[in-house]
Amino acid sequence: MSETRPPQSTVLEVNDLNTIFRTRDGEVHAVNHVDFSLATGELLGVVGESGSGKSVTMMSLLKLLPSPPAEIVSGEILFEGRDVLKMSDDELRALRGGDIGFIFQDPMTSLNPVFTVGYQLTEALREHLDINKKEARKRAASLLAKVGIAQPEQRLKDFPHQFSGGMRQRVMIAMALACEPKVLIADEPTTALDVTIQAQILELVRDLRRDQGMGIIWITHDLGVVAGIADRVIVMYGGQIVEHATVEALFKDPRHPYTRALLAAMPSVDAERTEKLHSIAGQPPSLNKRPASCSFAPRCEHAFGRCTEENPPLIETSGGHQVACWLEHPQYMEPPSEMHLRESF
Amino acid sequence: MGAEAILRVDGLSMYFPVYRGVLRKKVGEIKAVDEVSFDIAKGETLGLVGESGCGKSTTGRAILKLYDPTAGRIELQGKDITDLEGDALREIRTDMQMIFQDPQACLNPRMTVGSIIAEPLDEHTRLKKRQKRERVRELLNAVGMNPDFENRYPHEFSGGQRQRIGIARALALEPKFIVCDEPIAALDVSIQAQVVNLLEDLQKEHDLTYLFISHDLSMVRHIADRIAVMYLGRLVELAPRQQLYTMPRHPYTKALLSAVPEPDPAREAVRERIILKGDVPSPANPPSGCNFSTRCPIAEEKCRRETPAWREMDGGRFVACHMVQ
Repeated sequence: MSETRPPQSTVLEVNDLNTIFRTRDGEVHAVNHVDFSLATGELLGVVGESGSGKSVTMMSLLKLLPSPPAEIVSGEILFEGRDVLKMSDDELRALRGGDIGFIFQDPMTSLNPVFTVGYQLTEALREHLDINKKEARKRAASLLAKVGIAQPEQRLKDFPHQFSGGMRQRVMIAMALACEPKVLIADEPTTALDVTIQAQILELVRDLRRDQGMGIIWITHDLGVVAGIADRVIVMYGGQIVEHATVEALFKDPRHPYTRALLAAMPSVDAERTEKLHSIAGQPPSLNKRPASCSFAPRCEHAFGRCTEENPPLIETSGGHQVACWLEHPQYMEPPSEMHLRESF
Repeated sequence: MGAEAILRVDGLSMYFPVYRGVLRKKVGEIKAVDEVSFDIAKGETLGLVGESGCGKSTTGRAILKLYDPTAGRIELQGKDITDLEGDALREIRTDMQMIFQDPQACLNPRMTVGSIIAEPLDEHTRLKKRQKRERVRELLNAVGMNPDFENRYPHEFSGGQRQRIGIARALALEPKFIVCDEPIAALDVSIQAQVVNLLEDLQKEHDLTYLFISHDLSMVRHIADRIAVMYLGRLVELAPRQQLYTMPRHPYTKALLSAVPEPDPAREAVRERIILKGDVPSPANPPSGCNFSTRCPIAEEKCRRETPAWREMDGGRFVACHMVQ
């Protein structure tokens, strides 16, 4: 957590990113006005439900989305000051898997079943580093050892199907770490795993982070995972950032009604058991229009006139805590009838 | 539990044969479920938790006689149903139903919602067309959906709504006992709470008994009265909710509970975690002695030799472990 934070320097900066998909049924606005930055050695958690745009945002960072249908219509992605969106294909290739590593959710579909793990690991190493086959092999074995796989030299000769789910995810992590990236993007890396295996992987990530000091973006829908490992958290809803805060502030004093409702909807393993779970009525929004109003308004208990008329901007409330909600806006004048609602938060 | 038990499972085992070679010779078996015993009282929810591949879904399916169990006895409402076949089996199927994990896969995409929900009625009742339609509308209403949706198709609905359709179908014949096989695993957090609340309301209204299969320990803690923990085909612990979560006895239950992430950074930072080494062994080749002995932090010589017995402790708790006194 915070005690291991080295001197901060921004390694990745995203400004006003907008990604849309052009489909036969019209445009899907998957990412709208997303801004954030990542410092070295920092772990940024990105939380949201399916369809909230968290994966598309991160795929956009490396231009991994197929175009068409996807298109990054505006924005700026600065990696160490260089704009990723203006890079040539060669520069992008050097970046992907070199300076920026990526771990995907499902390790079975992201590993090639017809090549050995050793081949796939050394391929990345030889592509990015100027080393021969033997050195690459040695390096690959040490990577497997680092992520906690026993008998690494032998295991290099195995195919992905010979590994269990947790082991495959370790191989994916080894691959992402192969070239000592400055930024690691992990897209739901533990979602497909059992809790005891998830605990092993989280422990591994804590250790790796301490040793290597890279910036990590961790995408998940599990607030519990984020609470354990993140420094800062972004909450996404309907393709937008609705709240952005340090992990302590987010869980102690969540400001956005969506974040509060999400926390209330989760039962806990050791806190007081409630008689009834707090549920969020309604469905997540469809993204076929550019958001013109607050996208959470139809499901929000506290929505009032302005919420359906105007999209709230992300504003800072205190000490870096940002929230996109008209209730938190300085211009917001509380109508007397709604006083009791705020108290009941 | 005694006389009020609606379901009684005794020594249930389900082995799947493994065939190899050109002659498809039987070379071994996978012990998916091995000597599982428990009771469920009327109106109770029993949670069945464990990691993927531990046999929890197979247990649920074997109880509903979707498989032919290898050994053991299943009693529903005092009646032995283990060896029922044909018409006799069809008759008792109206008392026990199932809600499936993936609402996308368990609804026929070519049938309207109305005909999906009416299918059990077609099979098991002699209701007139109009009565059936009325019942379907009533069921849709009961699961919190607009009755006018009966002419729509499953793809027009979101995951949470599809799960509601699956629940309506399971309720159509007014069953007494429902196996819920990971009914919320495929849903988002905000939708999970909706479905769990619905299941709880329906239970109260219709006096239902649930076997709630899940890998989500925090959700099971919310919904279940008693919880059974399964590991590699065998039950390792069964206890009332409060006891299991505040004072787990089996080392596997302890590790499992400590691995659940908590949405609270302050507590996460100080929590004591038991990180298990390695993976779950293959059920085709389970270790000798206790199944958990290969990963157990407190295993001794005896654990690797002898299979621990399933014994009853104080306060309705059952444990299978040599090291628990």
